[in-house]
Amino acid sequence: MPHPHRKHLLTSVQMAHFVATGALRMDAVVPDEMNQQAIEVLNAGIPAVPYGTPLSEAFVDSEFVQRLVQLPEVAGAIHSLVGPEPTVDHHAVHIRRAHEGEAQNLHGDAIIDVRTDAFDVQLMYYPQDVTLEMGGTLSVPGSHLRRTNESDTGRYQNLLGQTRLVCPAGTVQLLHHGIWHGGRKNDSDLDRYMFKIRFNPTVRQVRLWNTDDLYDEQVAAELEQNFPWYENATGRLERYNRIMMWRAISGDDTYDPNYWVTRVTNRPQRVVADRAKNPHAGAQKKEMA
Amino acid sequence: MTATAETSQVTGLRQQVLVLYLASSALDARVVGWSTYDGTGETHPTTGDSDEPPYKTGLDALKDGWRLFQAAQLNPPYPGHEYDVSFLKHEFFFEKLV
Repeated sequence: MPHPHRKHLLTSVQMAHFVATGALRMDAVVPDEMNQQAIEVLNAGIPAVPYGTPLSEAFVDSEFVQRLVQLPEVAGAIHSLVGPEPTVDHHAVHIRRAHEGEAQNLHGDAIIDVRTDAFDVQLMYYPQDVTLEMGGTLSVPGSHLRRTNESDTGRYQNLLGQTRLVCPAGTVQLLHHGIWHGGRKNDSDLDRYMFKIRFNPTVRQVRLWNTDDLYDEQVAAELEQNFPWYENATGRLERYNRIMMWRAISGDDTYDPNYWVTRVTNRPQRVVADRAKNPHAGAQKKEMA
Repeated sequence: MTATAETSQVTGLRQQVLVLYLASSALDARVVGWSTYDGTGETHPTTGDSDEPPYKTGLDALKDGWRLFQAAQLNPPYPGHEYDVSFLKHEFFFEKLV
């Protein structure tokens, strides 16, 4: 895979948005001509890829997918998040049939994954216009750092501020591996298609994006944002965990503009107590006149 | 015939369950999440079917006739995991018998 042009890499503000929300959405980024082809290609099936195949080798038998991941904006976002030459974990074509009566439970993919200094990314490509009725993917902004295992969250039907995806054809989402999501019930007359690829990084995910705006104040604003479904107290812990993630990917272990981490890790070691006030100290010698 | 079927035939009642997730452990805190299950089988609530909570607060559900039958306990975090985030903590189960 060629290195994407710097102008197609994500900015620091976009990366901070990803750290806060667990998602990055690019509307209509795939050209119409590809979207027109997609249903036929997806119906025919995408050849299986062994786990851990380098992205540049994974889709040699699928020209369509090669074009998809090499679109400049898509390639730039993949590089920014997981770096050069990630491996393909797996891919899948998801089809929610017209009037399919079941919604998926809210879940995280694979198994509980609590890495704090690395993350996988899932690309989701929607080749059609997706209406609310078609049951576009439900996802919960800011849920990716919650330590839960797969569908143990299935009891949660709706969370305030959830995203019920409605998007134009050619939209691509890139999601953190931990995000809570699920395919919604399709109440329309159309089958709904989505193609997913999970990427594993092969390098340390540190400053892989365009860092020109690393100290833009909008970075802090993104990392500080609240979501309506957060409980008052736990919402503060979310900020703590985002700071830890930002420190990991920016390589700056002092970053903490609002002191969420700093104040609770402050353990000063310098001792200034007067010896005379220490009851375990021996009798004080008389000072010289 | 099962015991459950016998009971519902005798009483004619079915349980509707409302689960509310609140912003704090106070029952009058705002609703941040919700789920419903309908023992009458007349409605079929499911994942991602609404963006609007049925009530603004847990107390509003009581005012509308829902009976609280379970509230989440307040447990201290496990030592070493004080900053972890996981499931929603303030879960309240309500019922109506209809």
